Amino acid sequence: MTPGITFTIDGKQVTAAPGQTIIEAADTAGIYIPRLCHKPGLEPFGSCRLCTVTVGGRPCSSCTQPAAEGIVVESDTDELNEHRRALLEMLFVEGNHFCMFCEKSGNCELQALAYKFGITAPSFTYQWQKHDVDASHPQILIDRNRCILCARCVRASQDLDGKSVFGFVGRGPNKRLAVNAEARLSDTNVDVTDEALDVCPVGALLRKHVGYKVPIGKRQFDHTPIGSDVEGEPAPDDCGCGGAENVCQCTQSE
Amino acid sequence: MVSTTATSTKRVVIEPVTRVEGHGKVTILLDEDNHVTQARLHIVEFRGFERFIQGRPYWELPVAVQRLCGICPVSHHLCAAKAVDRLVGGENLTPTAEKLRRLMHFGQMFQSHSLHFFHLASPDLLFGFDADAATRHVLAVADAYPELGRQAILMRKFGQEIIKATAGKKVHGTGAIPGGMNKNLTIDERDVLLADMNQMLQWARDAVDIAKNYTVEHLELAKTFGTFESNHVGLVTSDGALEMYDGGLRAVDADGGTIFDHMDNQKYLDYIVEAVRPWSYMKFPFIKSIGPENGWYRVGPLSRVNVCNHISTPEAEAARQEFKAVTNGRPNHMTLAYHWARMIETLHSAEKINELLHDPDLQGEDLVVTGERRLEAVGIIEAPRGTLFHHYKINEDDQCVMCNLIVSTTSNNEPMNLAVQKVAEQYLDGQAEITEGMLNHIEVAIRAYDPCLSCATHALGQMPLVVELYDHEGTLIDSKSKGAVTRDD
Repeated sequence: MTPGITFTIDGKQVTAAPGQTIIEAADTAGIYIPRLCHKPGLEPFGSCRLCTVTVGGRPCSSCTQPAAEGIVVESDTDELNEHRRALLEMLFVEGNHFCMFCEKSGNCELQALAYKFGITAPSFTYQWQKHDVDASHPQILIDRNRCILCARCVRASQDLDGKSVFGFVGRGPNKRLAVNAEARLSDTNVDVTDEALDVCPVGALLRKHVGYKVPIGKRQFDHTPIGSDVEGEPAPDDCGCGGAENVCQCTQSE
Repeated sequence: MVSTTATSTKRVVIEPVTRVEGHGKVTILLDEDNHVTQARLHIVEFRGFERFIQGRPYWELPVAVQRLCGICPVSHHLCAAKAVDRLVGGENLTPTAEKLRRLMHFGQMFQSHSLHFFHLASPDLLFGFDADAATRHVLAVADAYPELGRQAILMRKFGQEIIKATAGKKVHGTGAIPGGMNKNLTIDERDVLLADMNQMLQWARDAVDIAKNYTVEHLELAKTFGTFESNHVGLVTSDGALEMYDGGLRAVDADGGTIFDHMDNQKYLDYIVEAVRPWSYMKFPFIKSIGPENGWYRVGPLSRVNVCNHISTPEAEAARQEFKAVTNGRPNHMTLAYHWARMIETLHSAEKINELLHDPDLQGEDLVVTGERRLEAVGIIEAPRGTLFHHYKINEDDQCVMCNLIVSTTSNNEPMNLAVQKVAEQYLDGQAEITEGMLNHIEVAIRAYDPCLSCATHALGQMPLVVELYDHEGTLIDSKSKGAVTRDD
């Protein structure tokens, strides 16, 4: 048996298998490090920077940094969490995120992280950029208003579906999700069964005609905050959801 | 902005607000002898929804458009859902889905009517129109009539709990989806509601008595106070019964004669036209066959009770017959009678809720139907404040390309203005100074219609309603609002 790599995260001793990244080892150990672009099963991307931790005092993205023997990792610190909060707020003002009627509400990782970090409204100025909706495909919708450029769909389409339907064009504030066709999604070889459709953390890439079929109270983050699956925390007992309005996100979220 | 040096009434300019709730303005023009020449209620209703919903996928409409209102979002949610049902060919809902929607709607009607009657209107009725402004609010009602105050809160809560059980949240839920519902009512949810049912029925009966007794005891006042004859519009069932969720639209004239009945809801534009006037952002709907001059109509509880032949639940029907007896079967045109009609509907809602909660269909699992797609559809529903129209067109890519909404308060625009004019003539004519009592008389007339703006006029003792008085040259000579704010901007 290959000996494990031992190190600490926030003072807790963690064992990683050789080749594991810090975030993978943290997940195994039941320590949740916030993330958006990282998704198990996809190649590490390191773009959202939400999973930034310090290793020996130096910041690095935990989704790309391999675990190493004896390193001292800090994640849940006031300073790092303040950076994470700022990153999230920037995402909210860059895009046009209307949680109140978004069908991803309650299942959205961006929204769930905002709740986790206590963001009720961004402190930055909304940019109100104009973004396109590509509804050309009969079964799939792209709403670029909500895209956070995490590239999960790009990687999933390429690595899991073997298609390369999605990619990025433009730079800086003009960067946007593009499709591998002259103009529209309907001109690509995307299929409604593609795994790329399952990985979007927000409501940017959706199967059509699904909408709000999952009732409030049954959505992923209605009763437990994001990261609970990693940390293994059970849902509060009194979330039925028949009440517990101070606990359940199902009654708080838009 | 209103200039104090204006030389013409045309100088009155309305500053738009983004919601109809909570903000209104009345302008009153006087001639040289201080006689009223014009009185207008200005409601600046932001209708941006019709524009910014364009481009959004059709299934978002019931959830997005309900955000138009925080008081009766269920009405918009269900009205949009009815239209979207047709877009997906799912207008013939399963019994479970239709009954769940009706339950949600009756819960909405129950809570909204209770909110209006007890929280907003009852201070006028209990303390008098001229009562000290400091006492004209629901907290004073709770202080003077503790049981009534408790009843007000718990009746509203009951309705809200029904909404939560069917839509997922008390405000802005997601229950209605294209072609049906996303959940049924569990046994546990049902039993929680049933535990309070008998109490709610009794309180609804009591509320009818309060409204009835007030109207009968003040009948001479009610006959004249902001009263005028009008057409009335509302939904009825195929046999003419009061209907809130579906059915056919019926319009009657001032004598009760039928103008149209069970028109094709999808062709409402053949019957209803919206006029635009330069001084208001809100449109003025009228019945096309009669024309803009006389074709305007009233909607809401008074109109619904006027247009229907009967009510399907026994206690509300008995109450309706008492109501009709006051006018010997003729349509009731009294503005103050809205309250009585509203409480009859509250009792009807309680009876229907009780009936539905005992129906096992609500625990059914067959929730959604689909059929042949359409690119255009209309939904019509009776919101607490009156008939509500939602009209959508979508493209082949499922995106909304057109949205037209006629909300209840819009239909009551002309009537409310007329009620303001009547009350101003009755209580202000010849007066150079506005008194607090006069101010509230105007409010009472507006409030009877339960426009969305009324939510803010009473609850906290803050008066978003501003009354301005101009002389014949258009010079602002007096202005009153609650909190003694004098507008000179």
